Amino acid sequence: MPAKRTRQRRRVPAALLAPAVVGLAFLILPLAGLLARAPWTELPARLTEPAMLDALRLSLATATTATALSLLFGVPIAWLLARGDFPGRSVLRALVTVPLVLPPVVGGVALLLVFGRSGIVGSWLHERFDVTIPFSTTAVVLAMTFVSMPFLIVSVEGALRGADLRFEEAAATLGAGRWTVFTHVTLPMIAPGVLAGAVLCWARALGEFGATITFAGNFPGRTQTMPLAVYLALQSDLEAAIVLSLILLAVSVVVLASLRERWTAVA
Amino acid sequence: MSTSPHRTTTPGLDAHLVVDRGSFRLDLRLTAAPGETVALLGPNGAGKTTALRALAGLEALSDGHIALDGVVLDRPRGGRRVPPEHRRIGVVFQDYLLFPHLNAIDNIAFGPRRRGLGRAEARDLAAQWLDRVGLGDFGKRRPGQLSGGQAQRVALARALAAEPSLLLLDEPLAALDARTRLDTRVELHRHLAGLAGPAVLVTHDPVDALMLADRLVVVEDGRAVQEGDGESVTARPRTDYIARLVGLNLYRGTASGRTVRLASGEALTTAEALEGDSFAAFPPSAVALFRTEPDGSPRNTWRAVVTGVHRHGDHLRVQLDGPIRAAADVTPAAAAQLGLEPGQEVWAAVKAAEIRAYPA
Amino acid sequence: MRTGFALALTACLSLAALTGCGGSDASGTTTLTVFAAASLTEAFTEIGDRFEAEHDGVTVEFNFAASSDLAAQITEGAPADVFASADQGNMDKVVDAGAAADPQTFALNQLVIAVPEGNPDGVTGLADLARLDFAACAPEVPCGAAAQTAAEGTDLTPVTYEADVKSTLQKLTLGEVDAALVYRTDALAAQDEVDAVEFPESAAAVNAYPITALADAPEPDLAAAFTEYVLGDDARTVLETAGFQRP
Repeated sequence: MPAKRTRQRRRVPAALLAPAVVGLAFLILPLAGLLARAPWTELPARLTEPAMLDALRLSLATATTATALSLLFGVPIAWLLARGDFPGRSVLRALVTVPLVLPPVVGGVALLLVFGRSGIVGSWLHERFDVTIPFSTTAVVLAMTFVSMPFLIVSVEGALRGADLRFEEAAATLGAGRWTVFTHVTLPMIAPGVLAGAVLCWARALGEFGATITFAGNFPGRTQTMPLAVYLALQSDLEAAIVLSLILLAVSVVVLASLRERWTAVA
Repeated sequence: MSTSPHRTTTPGLDAHLVVDRGSFRLDLRLTAAPGETVALLGPNGAGKTTALRALAGLEALSDGHIALDGVVLDRPRGGRRVPPEHRRIGVVFQDYLLFPHLNAIDNIAFGPRRRGLGRAEARDLAAQWLDRVGLGDFGKRRPGQLSGGQAQRVALARALAAEPSLLLLDEPLAALDARTRLDTRVELHRHLAGLAGPAVLVTHDPVDALMLADRLVVVEDGRAVQEGDGESVTARPRTDYIARLVGLNLYRGTASGRTVRLASGEALTTAEALEGDSFAAFPPSAVALFRTEPDGSPRNTWRAVVTGVHRHGDHLRVQLDGPIRAAADVTPAAAAQLGLEPGQEVWAAVKAAEIRAYPA
Repeated sequence: MRTGFALALTACLSLAALTGCGGSDASGTTTLTVFAAASLTEAFTEIGDRFEAEHDGVTVEFNFAASSDLAAQITEGAPADVFASADQGNMDKVVDAGAAADPQTFALNQLVIAVPEGNPDGVTGLADLARLDFAACAPEVPCGAAAQTAAEGTDLTPVTYEADVKSTLQKLTLGEVDAALVYRTDALAAQDEVDAVEFPESAAAVNAYPITALADAPEPDLAAAFTEYVLGDDARTVLETAGFQRP
């Protein structure tokens, strides 16, 4: 909006600026450390390595699928938590955020106990349909969804709580039923919150390591995502690990920035 | 919908709105004939907006009923409650509530789309409505890019485009500045006059109520305290609230011929003769102030103390305390001559011919 | 060398929390700092206790981690006296960096096929893995390199290449695979849940554990004494109980 742009630039109070600068330095310096240590001459060779490309492609595909799944299931969950009126809602909210506090490796073990070959659901799938989830790309997506969906839920629930219900009432008086109100009014109005949640979710999924390596194992081309490739490279070759990390970073920054660009262009 | 218990024979709106909310209770009977605009006038917190929300189906009735054109929309005792989206009741909200993610055309087309029109048809209809409210060139604008007056007109067009059987307006002009308000009020009046169905307007501004509505219902503390056309309500206010709104000094007492004796023991001599419980009212401009006791014709005079002096238009409004509390309007010149200031004692006088008396 | 400083600092801090960074302290006890491969945790803890019992006033502090991490910490300047690696490669890195000389092999470790207790699939050798889901270590880590060597010439493919031997074994104990290629020591440590099936091909991929006193050891004499002790008969008994073999 033009009014916003012409607003005078205000001076930032020192009490905010000082901790902000310290905090930024803390966040950015490790990245600078990686950049300083990176063997730039190796970069072109690494970029064309088929194993690296496989891992990158797998990472992008699985993180995106996990984000789509999180949207599909997370938005309704967020709606329930924000608008639902049922006993135990606060307990449910706490449970939903469990994957945020659970060490991812433990999350991976928990997933194995449910979807593993001898898990509650997994054994049934195995016997009934001869489907085995661990060590498959599906497992990677499940692990990512498990750890990243809470980010989406928390973000969307916040947006829903902040949304002005009166717009939904206005839509109802214009003849819109509940579902139409949700799709045509609520969802578009909380779109920024949904997008922020999806971005967080995608970023978390992309960086996912612990639950993935535990639940999905590590198999090149099938379950070896970039973070797994980085971790294994770290075992033998620090420089290679740094290069892989930088590629992952660069790709995610480009994707997120272009997404933001497109979104702000629309809005 | 056609089963007999859910039908009445009254055309237009026939409602008895009862909403219980702890310490507050709304209990309001309200009718509006087709083509009639009824204003709910009252102070903040009187329950006007609650009444409107109950009509629209956004607030549940505790008791009573709402029937529109013979169809019962709400009757808690009959277990009947038609949801808002099926009531065909249009609402113009106080801050318009235009959907921020849709442009003006799509905001207006929202209702027609829900009524089953195709996208193109709905947009055509919306464009016609936009023309009708004089904003033909503003279709692509988002609500954030419209002025207050424009947004108000888009909100009106949006409500009307859905072809409501009843139109509700919640303080439709309250958010506008004085100048825009004047223009928008005139235009709103034009649209209301052209409506086939009834309309209910909620406002705390007597000027809006008088100009836009055919009938006024004064609501105070959840109840209707006075009802009638603009003239009768303003000429004969029955509560302090209305008296203050229309700028009258209002008293209640017992009439005996041309004298109304007030609860304080004072008596006012009035123009009309009356018997029994009654109101007596006079405008502040009818009060004359003197430094010494005036003599002459039979008039109402009393000693009073000035408690406040404020500018009021091109004259000064003087608040008087004493046996009869009243407001008096004097010119600045007269005030200077009298040396009016809080605490000063004066004599107040009102001609009997200026005091109107009517039964309570 | 700023990164090196940071790494050394990190290593020092993590030890400092336990020991105080350095050799002797005011009370007269001397602290010996040993960096040892994670697979040596049980055996070296026992050996450390025995060494302390024989040396009055000496406390042995261990930093157990992946050999590759330890090698990086040492080359970046972490103050350690002794380095015991699970493979030759990481020891070579330390030697090449000039941080040590003359490492000596003190133990051997060999791969076995770990199977659920009772061996329900009747595994007798490497060939049986072709019909089973099995887990192995990734080639980037020593146990994976060993597995690759042992399985050379076959077209065996595990369902997962795990990052370390513990998680490889964990996949078996969780029931997600039918077998796992792990070190005999690891299979032995989990003998309540798994059986170890020896296979001849593993002889081609024996893992040697080298040990050395470090050049910049704060306690060089004690470091030499400890290295000597680990190579001695007393320590060997402990190592063999844990499943290691004599070199």
